[in-house]
Amino acid sequence: MDAPDPSTSSYYVSDDFYAALVEDFSGWQTPERAITDSALRDSCARFLAEEARLLDTDRLDDWLGLFARECIYWVPGTRDGDPRREIAIAFDDRRRLEDRIFRLQTGEAWSQRPGSRTTRMVSNIEPFSTPDPEIVMVRSNFLTVEFRAGETRSWAGWAGHRLRDMTTHWKILVKQVNLIDYDQNLRNPSIVL
Amino acid sequence: MTGLRSIDGTASGPAWDYDKLVFEDRVHRVLYTDPRIFDEEMTRIFGAVWVYLGHESQIPAPNDFVATRMGRRPLILVRDSEGVLRALYNRCTHRGSTVCREARGSAKSFQCGYHGWTFLNTGKLNGVPWPDGYADNFDDEKFNLAQVPRVESYRGFVFGTLNLDAPPLIDYLGGVAGPLDEWLDRHPGGKVVLCEANRLKFKGNWKLLYDNSADGYHVVFSHRSLLAMENRFDEDGDKGMAFYKSNPDNAPMYVRYFGNGHHFKDKRPNVEDRPGALWEIEGPHPGMEHFEASLRQRLGDKADRALDLASSEPVNINVFPNLHILGNHIQVSTPVSVDETDTTWYGTAVVDEDGDLEGTVDAINALRMRTQESFPNFGEVDDLVNFEQIQVGFQAEEDEWVYMHRGLGIPDRFQVDDDGVITGPPTDEVFMREHMREWKRLMTAEPRIAIARAV
Repeated sequence: MDAPDPSTSSYYVSDDFYAALVEDFSGWQTPERAITDSALRDSCARFLAEEARLLDTDRLDDWLGLFARECIYWVPGTRDGDPRREIAIAFDDRRRLEDRIFRLQTGEAWSQRPGSRTTRMVSNIEPFSTPDPEIVMVRSNFLTVEFRAGETRSWAGWAGHRLRDMTTHWKILVKQVNLIDYDQNLRNPSIVL
Repeated sequence: MTGLRSIDGTASGPAWDYDKLVFEDRVHRVLYTDPRIFDEEMTRIFGAVWVYLGHESQIPAPNDFVATRMGRRPLILVRDSEGVLRALYNRCTHRGSTVCREARGSAKSFQCGYHGWTFLNTGKLNGVPWPDGYADNFDDEKFNLAQVPRVESYRGFVFGTLNLDAPPLIDYLGGVAGPLDEWLDRHPGGKVVLCEANRLKFKGNWKLLYDNSADGYHVVFSHRSLLAMENRFDEDGDKGMAFYKSNPDNAPMYVRYFGNGHHFKDKRPNVEDRPGALWEIEGPHPGMEHFEASLRQRLGDKADRALDLASSEPVNINVFPNLHILGNHIQVSTPVSVDETDTTWYGTAVVDEDGDLEGTVDAINALRMRTQESFPNFGEVDDLVNFEQIQVGFQAEEDEWVYMHRGLGIPDRFQVDDDGVITGPPTDEVFMREHMREWKRLMTAEPRIAIARAV
């Protein structure tokens, strides 16, 4: 039997999946795991720059294409929390991420009408190895400047990307976005971070 | 409680003649734009009625505390060493600095970072550095932290008021306690615990949110993108809030006004009254197919009830001025300034102390967290931008009036029962007219405002 289509059903977000997710995102930024290979570091940096460029140029469908079929976009509302027991600022599986993009593209999402213009700075890119040789975790800092409806403001924090090496390209398994002000009241958090 | 001290803050009288600003069908824009009116609201409303301060599950054990606000007043809601709920002013009695700068925690005492004055979590001054430099007797209660003189809990919801003449909390809640009870009683043990929150804010007056809270008229317009999203795979198009489509007034839901500014939009009549009916109208959520299959396998016939616990309860229960129970959320709105408001959507989790759910409570909550993230992410953001755009529109000074007259003057449009409870169609603005009538009454009343100092 073919695996269920994660765009139309959500079987992969299971107990085991949550447990692995929490484990994968705990204590991964260790000196022993730091990747020093410059070609690999460069590849990660180019990938993150491409991702930022797609978001800054409103190519949301292409941005979705960077994700693995079974993926998570996660903006935690706590530090080191467990999404099974806590509300997140965003916790999207494949289908909900497509929902998010669909909604923004309806033209009737008033929080994005007019839409935001963004410029994303991504830096301090540090890849780390995982027990799976095909998977790397990448920490990067971001500063996203957003202009919308006459006002300019910024979002800052660090992202953790869990990437699968597809030989010729990367696929995002999980993008975790950690805002510095994750525990504060946020004004119109409707852009993709 | 001893040590009550009356405050003279309302002695100057109203800033405006509210008879010229509040009419049955409309109110003046300055209600939402004038900082003087806002300042008065902080005393005459956020000081004078029972204001929601927090939930007991945030401070379950003695010495637990959580920072909160009553209007603009910074407070520490504590369960003191004896287990007594107190709302302490987070303001050192010496120079005025806050004595607690943590959002939550556990502490038997609070020490001011400025000169080291220390207070027990009862509010009593415990000591000052080098007291021999003072001629005072520090047993004088004036050196204890101020605190809200009346703090009461209703089934875990903690409220406080400075108004010595306010009725008991249960009387203030009145009829709105009914839907609140029903909302709680659908959960095992009749209770929930708070978990983390979607924290939002907007540049607009706090009343814009309160006006919206029972508004069934805006839904298909403000939330058009969410309705489209929820139903993009559904052939019948009946997921989520689809019962608002076409004319919501033809649906069996209703809006009800209870008095004291409280109202209730009850969408439950739109949904069949049987286990599983709520779950059937849920839009897509992460993990829903996995957890549904798993719960059905584990619970058999009882799975529908478990899945309903993960589903959004179709109610909007609005307790004036700052508490909203909607879906499974406890939403709290906190005014910051005349044109800035925080609104925090606390999630709630199911607890199963008696084992009714046969070990599935964690799975139910894993699902329930995801159902609760939907509306703040894909609905509320659009409302808040619409509120901000109202605040922009209000800058047109000569265009003075804001209307809330939908339903007014149409015979038999709503019913009033013997207790004065008003029931009408879901798009009717009668609830808005009534809470504005109450607002005007409060803004022209003379509450007996006081603070207490623990002994």
